Parts: sequence; C-alpha cells; structure tokens
Amino acid sequence: MNIKPKVGVISCSGECCSLGTLSRVATRMILEGVRPGTVTLCLPLFLAGDSGEREFAQRFPTIPVDGCHKQCAKKAIEKYSGPTAVDVDVEALLEMWGAEPPASRRVLGEDDIKLVERVAMEIAKRIDWVQGEQDA
Amino acid sequence: MTEKILVIPCSGIGKPFGTIGRDATFRVVDELRPDTAETNCLSLLVIGDEETTRQVKNSRCIAVDGCPLECAGKNIEIAGGNVAAHIRVMDLLRENRGLKPREVTFLDEDGEKLSGLLAERIAAKVDELLEEQR
Repeated sequence: MNIKPKVGVISCSGECCSLGTLSRVATRMILEGVRPGTVTLCLPLFLAGDSGEREFAQRFPTIPVDGCHKQCAKKAIEKYSGPTAVDVDVEALLEMWGAEPPASRRVLGEDDIKLVERVAMEIAKRIDWVQGEQDA
Repeated sequence: MTEKILVIPCSGIGKPFGTIGRDATFRVVDELRPDTAETNCLSLLVIGDEETTRQVKNSRCIAVDGCPLECAGKNIEIAGGNVAAHIRVMDLLRENRGLKPREVTFLDEDGEKLSGLLAERIAAKVDELLEEQR
C-alpha cells in the first residue's frame, strides 16, 4: 500500500478583499474532496496559539495559499516554521488567467465558484508534486 | 484614535464558527455599518505588517472569535491594539441552542441565521462604542 506523506495547506483567509475568500474556499475544497487527506491550520494560531501549528509546519510540508501578492501565509510559515517549497498566489493566478476577482467577499456567484475550482486544482497540483518529492 | 471601528474576525477555517464570525463581519462593514466600521486582514497583523499594526493601535477594535483560543483578540493585544469589545460566537451559540451550524465552507441555514444575529450584535456594539466616543 502506498501511504502518501502528510501535507498541510494554510490559507491567508484575508478579510481585506474577495481574494482572501477565494483562497479560503479553495483550501476548504481541497479538504472536502479534492485531496481529503490534507490537513489545514488556522493562520492566526501561528502567533496566538501554542507551538503546535509551528511544529506541524516544521515537520510536514505546508503549502501557503495566499489571496494577494502580500503573501501573508507564506511569510508566516517562513517566519515561524521555515522555508516553503511551493506556494499559491491567487492574485498572480488570476492575472495569468486574465480573470477578475469576485465582486463580493461574502457571497460567491457561479463564475466565482468556477474560479475557486481552478484555484483548488492549482493547489492539488502542488500537493501532488510535494508528495512525489517526499516519496522520491 | 480614528473614528471608524475596526472589526477583526478570527476567520478560523476548521469549524463553522470561524466562518460565522467572518460572514457576520462582512455583513457589518459592507452592509449594516459601512460608514462607521471597517475590517482588515488578521493575517497582516500576524506577520507584523507595519501599516496594519499602526491601524490597529490607532483604532478601537472589536475582536470576533469563533473558538476559545481567541486568536483575533490575542493577536490584536500582541500587536499593542485596544480590544474595546470582544464578541464570541460560542456565546451566541449558547443563547441559540436550537441552531446547529454544520457547514464550514458555505454556511447552511442555521449558520446563516447565526451570522445574521451576530452581525446585529456587532453593529450594536459599533454604535455603542461610537456613542461613548462622542
């Protein structure tokens, strides 16, 4: 039996704009079906919690999913736990795809959900890559 | 102190309570009190972003926390900010035992109801804090 190594995904869940909602919902989609064996952590716990979250990201590959170029999730992991091998910058993906961010940060429409699914696929690709690297 | 009240939810991602706090915050700053309340990214505060830290220090903040770990309140305090009010989703849940939210990604009916109730509570607190300021 091939047991895949554990991988963490941390969303910035930024409240400033709808890009944070995209990062959050795409991360949830990973847990709920795209790659259900994945673990997620709350980003604010890196600073406010005990050392568990930091230790997890030190022990297991953890992928930051950031809504914007400020890349808070990536910076938090690197500040508290060490370097990240891969990351997801949703704003950069949207620029590459020529797509507009959702109009609302609270309610996502049909087109926004399609965008979330595309972002989730990008996260899944990185999870697969990281797990492949761990196996190698 | 700046005039607008800063509402910062924890946006916890593991259980529905973080989503309820986040959703209620957006209802307040986008719909109920757009002229008197605003929000900012908690993640920016976590990484020590200077501008966000300054904003938190210069504002009266309402922390909205989904679980007993109270990440929003703690991070505001760590940044040197003033938690003028601390609103806990769990308190609201205790007062509305008939409502049992289950979905995290997109709120179900009970989650939406709790979010609406929470938003009203936050909005009332915004009004109260502004009244004290005058």
